[in-house]
Amino acid sequence: MDISTQNPTSPPTPQPTEAEAKRAARGATRPGDRIFVGLSRGSGIFVLVLMGAIAAFLTYRASIAISKDEANFFTSFDWNPAGVPPEFGIAVLAFGTVVSSIIAMAIAVPIAVGIALFITHYAPRKLGGTIAFVVDLLAAVPSIVYGLWGVLVLVPHLNGLYGWLDTYLGWTGVFEWSGGPARSLLAVGILLAIMILPIITNVSREVFRQVPRMHEEAALALGATRWEVIRMSVLPFGRSGIISASMLGLGRALGETMAVAMVLSPTFDINASLLDAGGGTFAQNIASKFNEASPMGRDALIASGLVLFVITLLVNGAARMIISRRKEYSGANA
Amino acid sequence: MAKRIDVSGLNAYYGSFLAIEDISMTVEPRSVTAFIGPSGCGKSTFLRTLNRMHEVTPGGRVDGKVMLDDENLYGPGIDPVAVRREVGMVFQRPNPFPTMSVYDNVAAGLRLNGRYKKSEMDDVVEKSLKGANLWNEVKDRLNKPGSGLSGGQQQRLCIARAIAVEPNVLLMDEPCSALDPISTLAIEDLIGELKERFTIVIVTHNMQQAARVSDRTAFFNLAAVGQPGKLIEIDETERIFSNPSVQATEDYISGRFG
Repeated sequence: MDISTQNPTSPPTPQPTEAEAKRAARGATRPGDRIFVGLSRGSGIFVLVLMGAIAAFLTYRASIAISKDEANFFTSFDWNPAGVPPEFGIAVLAFGTVVSSIIAMAIAVPIAVGIALFITHYAPRKLGGTIAFVVDLLAAVPSIVYGLWGVLVLVPHLNGLYGWLDTYLGWTGVFEWSGGPARSLLAVGILLAIMILPIITNVSREVFRQVPRMHEEAALALGATRWEVIRMSVLPFGRSGIISASMLGLGRALGETMAVAMVLSPTFDINASLLDAGGGTFAQNIASKFNEASPMGRDALIASGLVLFVITLLVNGAARMIISRRKEYSGANA
Repeated sequence: MAKRIDVSGLNAYYGSFLAIEDISMTVEPRSVTAFIGPSGCGKSTFLRTLNRMHEVTPGGRVDGKVMLDDENLYGPGIDPVAVRREVGMVFQRPNPFPTMSVYDNVAAGLRLNGRYKKSEMDDVVEKSLKGANLWNEVKDRLNKPGSGLSGGQQQRLCIARAIAVEPNVLLMDEPCSALDPISTLAIEDLIGELKERFTIVIVTHNMQQAARVSDRTAFFNLAAVGQPGKLIEIDETERIFSNPSVQATEDYISGRFG
């Protein structure tokens, strides 16, 4: 309803009909409103259709491949879709993708949160701004450049770290190293960590910056040190933000293609050691094999892509669950 | 244990701007002292110098002396963190930690000070909530988030949090300005009880409130915008509101201000 009709000095207006009232309640009476509602509703529907189309395409092509697969698609260690009969499975890819991403997260999240806290709560304003700018620059480096840097600089320099890990932690099996080039899942994880650092840092930084001053003062007035203020006010307030930031980073790590393909020396094999060459990831495997694949091989690769798609969805869903479970404690309702 | 505050020659700055100039006053233990004055006269700034919260504002700086009994809060080697554990503060807007339960909010200050057994902690939490007249309302939902309480309850939760660590002084910065009249009354009653145990300083814009709760009242004023705020006079509340010795005070309390 127009605001002027509620003004007591204006002449009484005739009662609107029921249909008019309904339309008025929807707020789409003026042409501008109608166009805007149409546009925004259309955009919303578009993204759903797009998502559905991608999922349908992946599922359709994947089902063709999986129906002809003679091996177990989920547990097989083979990748021979062009063979007679075709035999392929995603176990190796799933393992490599998840492990390299976990390594990346384990390295990147603490460092990114540390950088974000330093920028927002410790560094002098100018220094903080400079660091934030440099971190932004990191995000602007194309992944192919990270790949080049990884293979030409990072990998040769990892020998020292690998040797140290082998000497002191080799007994675990996980850090055993037979001395080959360091183009293993650990190298990939380290490279991915550097690549996802900017996004996690930036999102965390924004969240930390939004912590209401009064929450920090509440802690300060109780006699909290700077670190205790961060622990009592900043981190709890930023918790869901850190989780979302990490999930954004994880999404990128799971799907990263070129840099992984350049650094990893792929073998279709699960290796208990993170230091010895071997393994593969979904995206890397698709990038390396797609051009020379047979039609059946392409469908098999698409099937692996579908699995990556599902894993990413699950990760996002889990993140949302974690965030919403803590909602009544989140800073948002303060 | 309540302590006497003795301020002499105190100036506070924001960067190069002198916000309050040359303040000297004594605040008696186990009494309520109210600060009144127009907006911008520096009464909140002055309050925040009493627990060294002023200096957490970027550019905030203080010179002068604040004696808490025989200890200068601005003396060399004094840790501001330790000062704030001794001088508690309640803010204008209720600010319980949103991510903590009612219980954890009250326990927060104790946890900063060291380890307590669960039973000791339970006792302090109960005693503090009772001290803040909140126990009966929250005893069944100690584990619910503190941000789920009403505004007045949240403010009493903040008071419980502040008194849980047994400070010597309790500073209140317009503690009722965000509350409805009934919650305000609850807080005012509470202030009357708390002054048996603490030295209380309260900033208020509400002159009736100052008249109701305080034993002594300090009137602050500033000559003009951009000029530093000054203490005009401090006296028994009754005298300030009936027969102040400075004309400016009388103008302000009788509404002939500005």
